[in-house]
Order: sequence, then structure tokens, then C-alpha cells
Amino acid sequence: MKGNEALAYGALEAGLNVYFAYPITPSSEIPETLAKEFGSRKYPEYKFFLQAASELEAINMVLGAASGGARAMTATSSPGFSLKQEGLSYAACMELPFLIADICRAGPGLGNLGPEQSDYFQATKGGGHGDYRLIVLAPASVQEMALLPRLGFDLAFKYRNPVLILGDAFTGQLKEDVEFPEFETPKYDVSSWATTGAKGREPHILNSLELDYQKHYKHIANIFEKYKQVEASEVRFEEYLTEDAEKVIVAYGIVARIAKGVINRLRLKGIRVGLLRPITLWPFPKTILKNFASQGKQFLVVELNTGQMVQDVKLAVGNSVTVDFLGRWGGVVPTEAEIEAKLRRLEAIAA
Amino acid sequence: MSQLVLKVKAGKLKSLTENPTHYCAGCEHGTLTRLIASAMDELEIRERTVMIDSVGCSVLAYNYFNCDHIVAAHGRAPAVATGLKRVRPDLMVFTVQGDGDAASIGLLELIYAAKRSSPITVFMVNNGIYGMTGGQMAPTTLEGQVTTTTPRGRDPALTGTELDTSKLIAGIDGAAYVKRASLVVTELSSSRGKVYTIKNILDAKKSVENAFKVQAKGGFAFVEFLSTCSVNWKMSILDAKRHVNEKVIKKYPLGLFKDTFGVEKQ
Repeated sequence: MKGNEALAYGALEAGLNVYFAYPITPSSEIPETLAKEFGSRKYPEYKFFLQAASELEAINMVLGAASGGARAMTATSSPGFSLKQEGLSYAACMELPFLIADICRAGPGLGNLGPEQSDYFQATKGGGHGDYRLIVLAPASVQEMALLPRLGFDLAFKYRNPVLILGDAFTGQLKEDVEFPEFETPKYDVSSWATTGAKGREPHILNSLELDYQKHYKHIANIFEKYKQVEASEVRFEEYLTEDAEKVIVAYGIVARIAKGVINRLRLKGIRVGLLRPITLWPFPKTILKNFASQGKQFLVVELNTGQMVQDVKLAVGNSVTVDFLGRWGGVVPTEAEIEAKLRRLEAIAA
Repeated sequence: MSQLVLKVKAGKLKSLTENPTHYCAGCEHGTLTRLIASAMDELEIRERTVMIDSVGCSVLAYNYFNCDHIVAAHGRAPAVATGLKRVRPDLMVFTVQGDGDAASIGLLELIYAAKRSSPITVFMVNNGIYGMTGGQMAPTTLEGQVTTTTPRGRDPALTGTELDTSKLIAGIDGAAYVKRASLVVTELSSSRGKVYTIKNILDAKKSVENAFKVQAKGGFAFVEFLSTCSVNWKMSILDAKRHVNEKVIKKYPLGLFKDTFGVEKQ
């Protein structure tokens, strides 16, 4: 099935309760699949589907549903993701758990329908106004599109924070085989905060407004303490032939798969090259990159943008090693030959 | 669908906290707060009511209503309310929006909540101005009215004429209950001097109760309340109330625009 369909079924398998939709290419198979499955006996926990009148309406409906403790979700693509920032900023401050997917296309503006990773900054640095982070998961295959919603809901409820699945037009539209292993939907305890009616307890107030500066200072400090825990416990990545590698490609999503092809070819020629693929873009796998740098490895960052994640890689590894960059954008994807040529240049720099 | 039964109660309201409100002297937000709280008590819904606090003068309502709250972004309260109500259908979900919140930045959210018969209750305070931000033009600002962003008076050639929100929402087939009421006391002349009647406020109370009853029956309810903003209108409290009863009411006549379930007659 398609990546987008896998994401939709993955969310259902993860116990999705409610989906609020707004169509935008190349993400529309997600709401289409969830509209089709709404009412299916196979997913008894799936209670409601509604197509909203705008991206803003959809994200604010998700915010309302999450406030009630439901497993809520929406999805969009880049121009729509910009509109989602309002709700995400409020939700992060209100500490609401839900799932959102951005099937990234080329930007800025309307751009085009091809794949890009140019929403990286918006995804990993907060994106909306104010200081906050989303937990960001980056699938590289249809199988991961199917499985990441489980992790996504788990992390969202564990840390009470929105979780973003950042795909791209490629992973969304790609067709591959996919398996849904048995999965027991976890029960999340929302009784201490959800707005379910103040019966026999003090009212629950889900709010981002705090006019007392000192109190707001403390609230944001507490949220960033929570983020420290996320950074300490939830970093996920895939290593591919890194142990003896002299050069490490850092890439995520579809680019990481192209990189693997290059690595396999170069390994046959005896060139020791490997891949580090972040699965969590935030929290970013800083420590492993730092360790690689201390081993003297060189880096090539490949992205579908003009250079965004490369900044995080440079921050992680410092100035002692070379970090080269290859970017393609506008819907254009780098070929294996282009990545290989860039790697050979890195070799020349190192020499 | 269920039926709400009203039980008249005396004494301190359970649905109100002990906190003093921040509302300016003469502002009818306090009146509406009291009416809603007493309806929540008398309909016995406090323990299953969630208020969506909207941006504007009602944004601090979580300090006053003793129930669960979600504080929404500017204009988005009907969307947040819909999201919650659809996953917790047993809850009563309501919001108090200002005219800027509901009829300007949040008009899409309001219209589509009505269009889809979203089973929520929206109370809109129409005081013809953005109060919280310091008196800028609202969609409801009267033609010629001076505000901080219309210092020479509202010019319809540039900003259009006043938006009649109740009329607009009543024109949407999904809305079940649409009413315009007033929170402003009326002055009567009598041989003994000036007297004031609270007839409007008693009717406003009825409208609040009915709007909850409509939600319990699964319908979308919208009530607009005429109100003053003497501070930003730069009038005395009394002059502001007279202004509503003499001038504003001509542009926004009170009345029941729509009552699909016939709750008003019950």
C-alpha cells in the first residue's frame, strides 16, 4: 500500500479515536483512508471523522478532542503545516497529546507537489510563536509510516506534547509491502488533566495564558525540563555500517534510502562509508554524532532542502571534523551518482 | 439527546468561584457570567460542563466559572468546542465569545459549527468594539462610531456596514436556536423619578437556559447579547446603557431568529 495509507492504518492500529481532516496534496490519502474506514467494525475505538472547513479549524478541533483525553490526529502538507502552527503552539503550552503528520512537499509558498525536507526548521525548532518543541519522527519507508503512529501516540501521552510525523511526498506516495504486527493498544491515564467535567474533583483548566510573568517563566521552565527528559530518553536512529566507516552520511527519510544504495556500491569498492539515519529529528541524535566526530569520522549531510539539518549536525560535532553538505530542492531528489561524487570530494578534502 | 430540567435554586451558586471578576464597572460581562452560572446550577449541569474560554474580555472566565475549561486561540472556540464535544458527547460545551472573536477572526469557525449543527452553545457579547485590546473597530461597530482605529468614525465605504451576526447565523440551516437578547437594563420614566426594569435580563436568562436545552437536544445554539463598553465608548455607564437602548438596538433589534426545537414556548 501507499505510505499515506499505511500511516492511516497505522494510526487506526494504534487506537485512533478521532480524525479531523483537511485535504492537501500529497497527503490526502490519509483522510481518504480514514474516511473510508470510519464506522468499520475492525476499529471499535475509532469514534469520529470530520472534514473541517480549514486547516485552522481542523487543528483546533484536534486540540479540543485531545483536551478530552482522546487519541486525536490530523495530517497536512507543507502550506497547510504553516497554518497548523497556531494550534501547535497553543497545544505545546497547554501540554496536549496528539498526533500530526506533515507530508512535506516543495516550498516556499505553493511550491510544487514533489518531495522536500524543507519544513525541517519549522518541525524541529518549534515552528509557531513562542518557545516549544514538537517530538518529530521521520519515517523512511512505508513500513515505518505504518509503525510510527504507535510510537507517536505513546510519546505524545507519555510527555503530554504534540508529536509530528514528518514524511515527504516520496514516503507518502511510495508503494511497498507493509505488515501490522499484533499490537495491544496501551491505556493512557488522562484523569489528572483532561477536561471531562469537574465531577467530584477540582476543575481542570487547560490554558496557555498566564498573566503572572513569574508563573509563566516557571511553566516554560518546567516544559523545558520535560524536554530534557525527552532528549535523554527518546532519541532514536538507525546506524548502517558505521562502525568502521571513515565517512558517515547523515540523512533521513527517503534520502537515507538513496544513501544506502550509494554505501552498498562503495563498500564493494572497499570505501568505508556508513549511514546515520535520525528517526527522531527532535530529539536530535547529538551524542552519537559527537562520538563519531571524536573517532575522526567525516560527515556528509544530504537533505531535500538548501541546508537545514546540517546546522544541527555541525552543532553536534563541533569544528574538529569536516561536515560537507549536498542539497536538492524543488522536488528534485539527488541521484546515487551525485551523492557518490560528493563523497569523493569529501575524501579529497580529508586528504 | 436528553432533556434538561430547570430547578430554581436559592443561595450561593456552585458554578461560580469566589474570585472577584476583572470586568470594568458597568460592563455586562459580569451579568452574563451570573446568568450562565445560575443556569448551570439550575439545570444541574456544572459537573459535566466544559467552558471554552475565548480571546477577548471573557478570556479570564476560568477564574470565575467553577467547571472545567479550555482556553482557545482567538476565534477558534467553536472548533475547540466541536473537537471536545465529538469525543465526549455527554458533556455540555459552551463558549462566551466577543463580537471581534466570533464575528471577525473566528467567523469561519462559527459559521461551520452552525452549518454542521455542532451540538455546542455559543454566547456572543456584542458591545460593538474590541474591548480587551483597547477599543478598536469590530465588525459590529456602528456606522460613524469613533473607535481607536476609526478615529473619524466608521466609514462604510471602506469597512462595510455593521455585521448582523444573529441574522447571518439564523440564515444557516444547521443552526437550531438563534436569538438576540440584551443584558442592558432599561430606564423608565415614572412620576416618582427614574426607575429601571430588568426585563431584558430576565429574558437573557431564559435565553441562556434555552441555549443549553437546545444543546442537550443535539442542536447548535447561538445567543447574541447586546452589551455596553462604557470605558472604550468613552461614555458614562448610564449614557452607555442609554446608547444601547436608544441607538444600538435600532441596528440590532432583539428577537428570536430561529427555534427549531420550539424551546422558547416551553
